[in-house]
Amino acid sequence: MTAKKKEPAIEGWFTMDSDKPHLLGSKCCDCGTFYFPKQKNFCKNPSCNGEEFEEVKLSRTGKVWSFTNSCYKPPEPFVAAEPFVPYTIAAVELEAEKMTVLGQVVEGVNVSDLKAGMEMELVLDTLYEDDESEKITWKWKPVSA
Amino acid sequence: MSNDIAIIGVGMHPWGKWGKNFVEYGVKAARDAIKDAGIDWKDVQFVSGAATMRCGYPGYVAGATFAQALGWQGAEVNTSYAACASGSQALAAARAKILSGECEVALVVGADTTPKGFLAPQKGRRPDDPDWVRFHLGITNPTYFALYARRRMEMYGDTQDDFAMVKVKNAEHGFSNPYARYKKKFTAEDVAASAMVADPLRLMDICATSDGGAALIVCSMEYAKKIGKADAVKVAAISTVTPTYASSVIEMPDIATDSGAIVDAQSFRAALPVKAYEEAGIGPEDISLAEVYDLSTALELDWIEDLQLCERGQAAQLVREGATKIGGRLPINTSGGLACFGEAVPAQAISQICELTWQLRGEAGDRQVANANVGITANQGLFGHGSSVIVKK
Ligand SMILES: [Zn+2]
Repeated sequence: MTAKKKEPAIEGWFTMDSDKPHLLGSKCCDCGTFYFPKQKNFCKNPSCNGEEFEEVKLSRTGKVWSFTNSCYKPPEPFVAAEPFVPYTIAAVELEAEKMTVLGQVVEGVNVSDLKAGMEMELVLDTLYEDDESEKITWKWKPVSA
Repeated sequence: MSNDIAIIGVGMHPWGKWGKNFVEYGVKAARDAIKDAGIDWKDVQFVSGAATMRCGYPGYVAGATFAQALGWQGAEVNTSYAACASGSQALAAARAKILSGECEVALVVGADTTPKGFLAPQKGRRPDDPDWVRFHLGITNPTYFALYARRRMEMYGDTQDDFAMVKVKNAEHGFSNPYARYKKKFTAEDVAASAMVADPLRLMDICATSDGGAALIVCSMEYAKKIGKADAVKVAAISTVTPTYASSVIEMPDIATDSGAIVDAQSFRAALPVKAYEEAGIGPEDISLAEVYDLSTALELDWIEDLQLCERGQAAQLVREGATKIGGRLPINTSGGLACFGEAVPAQAISQICELTWQLRGEAGDRQVANANVGITANQGLFGHGSSVIVKK
């Protein structure tokens, strides 16, 4: 069986570097505040009139702020496998950016395996597959696992 | 205090899933409020409606819709939309009109009907819409409430049993409330037996959506005196502040928080009551009871702390001690809260004030809190909308 081609589930939100992927955010050229997803027009810092942003790779590790799971199949536009397999979700704090980012946690890691403060790293994984391709997203993975 | 206005009438339509037009609920609530105030509908000079986004054009112009349904009599109208805080914004509009001397008596009213079937995200691929992205990635509404609940467990040692106690307490409160939708004394076992939705929250930890309607008649203190109601319950403060950048807590429908790297991170929920306390010249230590937006059981605990009614992390202990029950030292959600009502967005903030008014008048029947002098409400919705209202004797 030939491997399907891999495509990002959302274009431009992360690098497709399977080894060391990064989320792609932006940084205000005036005040230096970070955005994810990318801010393109006007800075949201009320003390800043910045209108220029540079694309930045966000830290690819962080600490668990909180976590949960999804026991029921979400509605569309989620594309669920049949039968539906519950998945874990984590909110991870990036230290340099002082920002919390949500994401699914890799398969095999349950709510009972996580703790606040646990070190997590960003990985790429399949969100779903269609006939032509494998749709890729970022997921969080415990550094120790 | 010169900024006080009087609440001389309150009225509600029972919450439920009645499948009727929202106008019917609002008119019933309004008529009850007018009767309660002992005035004539034709005495009302301003109708301040809270909009609903689910019922087409009549919902967008709710103020006019209700004025027409009650019988056009020339009153000026206004419509407010601010998600869960719509009712408070409608009240703020009425208060501004009264305090500026433009009118003496106003009707504040909101009602909603639940959509048929599930509330599904809009169709079509929209990668620029954060709401589309988060659903595509499998992040649903309960995800956010579950993250807040788990954060409490991790930070303060709260347990799922604590959350269940909130549900049991609210079920007990709402049991005798004629306007509540769910009137059953659920037990901790019932909660534990309900399906897990988003760990640690079970189905019975999360509130439903309902039909309902609520209304207030508010007026100037002079008018209240003129009609012999100088000792009516008063609105002491209304806060409808927006968040301050940078927001430190992940909020629906976002994938990430603001960055606190350059600007200090802020909590929106905690900011809401601050303006209300300042405006009223009343502190958390003066509060007799509170109606808070328990979209989940665990969120009720966050609110108790955001209202500064206890130290951060201590709310679960209050619940364990029974302090938040009617009869305890700080009763929370004496109406039964969203746990017993289910959310009817434009009516909910108004219904919170109805409950506090009954309590402060001593008319809450089986739910009556002894020596209720000052009450506070709190709610928060999407897009930086939220409110906190203080009422006093
Ligand atoms: Zn800036």
